[in-house]
Amino acid sequence: MSDTAATESAELAAARPGRLGALADTLVRSVGPVVLALVAGAVILAALGRNPGTFYGDIVEGGLTRGNGLQESIIRAAPLLLIAAGLIVVFRANIWNLGIDGQFLLAGVIVAGVASPLDDALPNGLALVLLWLLAGAVGAVWTLVPAFLRAYYGVNEIITTLMMTFIGINVANLFIKGPFRDFESTNVPQTSVLPVERRLPDLPGTRIHAGIVVALVALVVVHYVMTRTSFGLRLNVLGANPRAAVHFGLSVKRLIMVSFAVSGMLIGFAAAAEILGVWGYVRADWDPAFGLIVVPLVFLARLNAIAVIPFVALLAVLSIGGDLAARRAELPNDFLLVLVGLILLFMAITEYLGRKRELGQSYLTEGLRQSLRRRAGR
Amino acid sequence: MSESAASTSTGNAGEAAAKRPAVQLLGITKAFPGVVANSDVTLVALEGEVHCLLGENGAGKSTLMNILSGMLEPDSGDILVGGAPVEIDSPRKALQLGIGMVYQHSTLIPTLTVLENLMLGATGLVLDVRGARARLAELAGMLGVQVDPDAVTGTLALGQQQQLEIIKALWRGSKVLILDEPTSMLTPQGVAELAAVLVRLKAHGLAVIFITHKLHEAVEMGDRVSILKQGRLVGTIEPGELRAASPEELQARIVRIMFGEATQEIADVAELERSVEGHRPRRELPSELAIELLHVSAAGDRGQVGIHDISLPVRHGEIMGIAGVDGNGQRELAEAVAGQRPLAAGEIRLDGRTISTLSVARRERLGLRYVTDDRLGEGTVSRLSVALNLVLKRIGEAPFWRRGVIQKGAIDAQASELVARFDVRTPSTETRLGTLSGGNIQKVLLARELSFEPRVVVYNKPTYGLDVRTTRAVRARIREQAERGVTALVISTDLEELVDLCDRIAVLSRGRLAGIVANEPGAARRVGELMVGRTVEG
Amino acid sequence: MIAVGDVFTEGFLTALVAGGLLAGIPLLLAALGETISERAGVLNIGLEGMMLMGAYVGFSGALYSGYTWVGFGAGAGAGIFVALFMVGLCVRLGLDQIVVGIALTLGAEGLTSLLHGAVLTERPRLGAVELVTIPGLSEIPVLGRSVFSQHLVVYLTIGGVIAVWWLFRSTTFGLSLKAAGDKPAALDAAGVSVYRTRGYAVLATGSLAGLGGAYLAIVGAGTFEPFMTNGAGFIAIILAMLARGRPFWVVAGSLLIGMSLQLQTALQVARIDIPIDVVNMLPFLAVIVVLLLFGRRAYLPAALGLPYVRGAR
Repeated sequence: MSDTAATESAELAAARPGRLGALADTLVRSVGPVVLALVAGAVILAALGRNPGTFYGDIVEGGLTRGNGLQESIIRAAPLLLIAAGLIVVFRANIWNLGIDGQFLLAGVIVAGVASPLDDALPNGLALVLLWLLAGAVGAVWTLVPAFLRAYYGVNEIITTLMMTFIGINVANLFIKGPFRDFESTNVPQTSVLPVERRLPDLPGTRIHAGIVVALVALVVVHYVMTRTSFGLRLNVLGANPRAAVHFGLSVKRLIMVSFAVSGMLIGFAAAAEILGVWGYVRADWDPAFGLIVVPLVFLARLNAIAVIPFVALLAVLSIGGDLAARRAELPNDFLLVLVGLILLFMAITEYLGRKRELGQSYLTEGLRQSLRRRAGR
Repeated sequence: MSESAASTSTGNAGEAAAKRPAVQLLGITKAFPGVVANSDVTLVALEGEVHCLLGENGAGKSTLMNILSGMLEPDSGDILVGGAPVEIDSPRKALQLGIGMVYQHSTLIPTLTVLENLMLGATGLVLDVRGARARLAELAGMLGVQVDPDAVTGTLALGQQQQLEIIKALWRGSKVLILDEPTSMLTPQGVAELAAVLVRLKAHGLAVIFITHKLHEAVEMGDRVSILKQGRLVGTIEPGELRAASPEELQARIVRIMFGEATQEIADVAELERSVEGHRPRRELPSELAIELLHVSAAGDRGQVGIHDISLPVRHGEIMGIAGVDGNGQRELAEAVAGQRPLAAGEIRLDGRTISTLSVARRERLGLRYVTDDRLGEGTVSRLSVALNLVLKRIGEAPFWRRGVIQKGAIDAQASELVARFDVRTPSTETRLGTLSGGNIQKVLLARELSFEPRVVVYNKPTYGLDVRTTRAVRARIREQAERGVTALVISTDLEELVDLCDRIAVLSRGRLAGIVANEPGAARRVGELMVGRTVEG
Repeated sequence: MIAVGDVFTEGFLTALVAGGLLAGIPLLLAALGETISERAGVLNIGLEGMMLMGAYVGFSGALYSGYTWVGFGAGAGAGIFVALFMVGLCVRLGLDQIVVGIALTLGAEGLTSLLHGAVLTERPRLGAVELVTIPGLSEIPVLGRSVFSQHLVVYLTIGGVIAVWWLFRSTTFGLSLKAAGDKPAALDAAGVSVYRTRGYAVLATGSLAGLGGAYLAIVGAGTFEPFMTNGAGFIAIILAMLARGRPFWVVAGSLLIGMSLQLQTALQVARIDIPIDVVNMLPFLAVIVVLLLFGRRAYLPAALGLPYVRGAR
């Protein structure tokens, strides 16, 4: 049907709004789903017999206005930003790394377990750098199996990365209950604690640890790499059109392995920020489950490493403030999951309406949509 | 299924009997954003008659027929079936009205058996296998063909698959049969068999609408020819005229209708049409081999044939054609040469040096290039700019990248030069590639592959889907490169194109090399015989 | 070392087989459902969410009505309710199946957890369910008590597997399903609605996943806990992929994974203590190993995950 192809390209040519229109369109499509999700969330809260106004007010109070609310939100943003950076690298390459929680947790546990002994043996600064790198390495290693299965067997990585998360959570627990257990602590198994004064330094005059700086730098670097370098272009080509990547002579298998590893590394860094900056230890069954909630933000920002920052800021406020709001409303703090699910749904619908009007670009890269076309084995 | 017997019982609506209109399209208009695909088109198909719909790619033929078969709905206009106005809002409705369509792209499901494909869409809870067998035997008898009901469809030859498509279109007693470019996948022998089937269908009183972009086919197959141009009906040749005039006169007349009096284009078309008969003058070629395939085998994708034991020596500056019905290993051969598909056995030599294990990128550096037929699917990245698309095979290399960082100036300079040299019509080098026309995208591909001193170029269906003018430009480019000593492997399913271009023509059949024919008078017939597996003596 | 004979006592084997069935049935139901929608070309990542909703609503239904059967009906209904989103957004509007699937899973996780916190504040439990014992067969040593004394749903599930096998093999709808997954345009051209075919497939998936969740809560745990499916939905998706559309392979896979989930209980019966974390990750580990060994051969329909838009290529 060459007629269809011709009309398609004509449609593309016709569908170019002005610069201002495009900006407004982007804004509506990015902010719209968030607003709609908050409204739908309010309806659910009301149905549960809670006052949505009070609940959202508590979120703002807890995440922004209350004493350390803003600082806590910024602290929470550090790991989320690093995870977002890690996701952008793979999503651009048409790869779904949904094994974030496993990579994060395992990196966190190993860092927590090694932190105290390493810090005793080495100068504090050097130990922190090494621990940070160790976290990155662990995160990268945990992507190896899904990356290999995808690169060499074409096995769908959505499924395998999710599986590796379930395994990772249990392996992390085994570490905590086994080699890293600190028997002097309470009866809930946990690792030894890195003393507060040996953790990441705080920004002057605040309680905000240096992780946020690392995270912002990482995002700028990722943005530069994705937009200005040959490596970034290779990932973009792989993401836009996997078959073209083969045709252009890109080593697709290596690109898949490398982008997966970089993604795992950045997610490992996120764990380092959280453990070395906030907790200093890990307790059995601890799982902040940051993973899937960052995914929609990355799409809302259209895989742009700079544009994702405000969305992560919003999520951090919702997350910190949500704890307070949930406590006051006597609810579990899983309201955030509902909100994120709703954001995803409304995002998909907004995109559909946008596509109907033939405006602007899609949330997903062309290739990402087709990622499932790949079958196991050729 | 009350109509099921109708098609066979209508009987011989012979020449003498007044032919009644089976279906009438009146004033059909259909617009897509930015394009009017059909504008006020009126078309009548009579019972017992083959009505050819002729036009270039993009003239709106497929859109018109998709409207008739319920895949698209018209913006305005009326459709009459058997004289009564109808609204066709789905393929199911079209089938109920007795309109069957054989699409250009197969609608058979290769993983199902013949019988399962035919039973698709049947009513009732449980599959009626016995009834289906009987119906298949009945229709196969009517068409004069043989089909194994339990064969897995993907394993059938393409000619058989098309017969199956026709059976499928007639399955529920259709009285109107639409054939969209039915000969594009067939061997010359297959075309002859199709013509015989059409005669039998006419004898049973069916109305056949035959879509084609080939002039001689329209003249040979049609009882009536309608010509579409840019979505409008620009002329009709009635049966009386068709019988009275000679084929040459008719073709000349159709060319005038299609292109007006614009002499240049008439010359182009005349040349393309004439090449059926002509052949390329023999050229003196050096004896050294540019590229040599030695017993090359490679696996195919799931359900596709691979290539087996192919040995092919090609000399410097030679244009070697690769003929064969689509899907007989052409793509696999091209990919094996380009390095996109690993060899299972054998060796490939470039200038006497083995390159069998080299990567795509290494082969590209050595001057081995591949102009793919899948221009949007693998040849380009449609959301990147024209400029970037021109350097996508050199990512990371100087002068376009330094220390891994992009050098926009160098890329833009390269793009401006290539766009000018290859006459790419684009608003700017920053334009998204996906917004260009098919012909210009092909020029971008050629520009990229022919830059940086090519030595051997594999062209896969280089003119497929292009308009007459671009087709001519592309063929001229291939010839010009060959004159400079660049070796070409031209894969095409269009035998006329190969006869026009090549020094020798190799024939692929089911993944094997059936033979190599020198391009001399009678080459087309010998290639056609090899394509269906008959061996040629000598 | 413990001698092998000491481990494989009758008690151990009974516990293993019974436990395997208990844990395997929800997997089997969900994977059977996923087999149907994958065959029709819809990758249903929301399976976990459908199971959780089925578990919550099913448990509530059984609790408030006092009838187990009402619970199962409610669970299946809840699964269908979640599946309706999938039908509307993915099948009808052609939105991205993965994005919507993740959204449904996250939303269902959050919603059931909220409901659990807000409504089930007393942490109620159900009593033991009524089992149907097949006379005669249940007297067989080892297997008898564990296999032939089950809730009626288990027998119905086995019937369901046979029904799906027959559906795939001998019915027009089964043929349409395969066409919708392999080449939807061909199905459309044959005059059968792709939307409707895929829609029914997804609804069937929802009902089976919801039923699986309800079984987990009502028969398996006797209560509802947030996140209680604990990845079963994802395992079911993989089982469906590995079984390549063959219902009886789904049965074998589900029971194997179910048994490995129950290994700890069984080993406790045999007085062997291995960490719960090892047991918990065994099924996932098993699947990864299977993928590493047989990954090349996992089957997916050609059009899986791709929305169908008429007239587009």
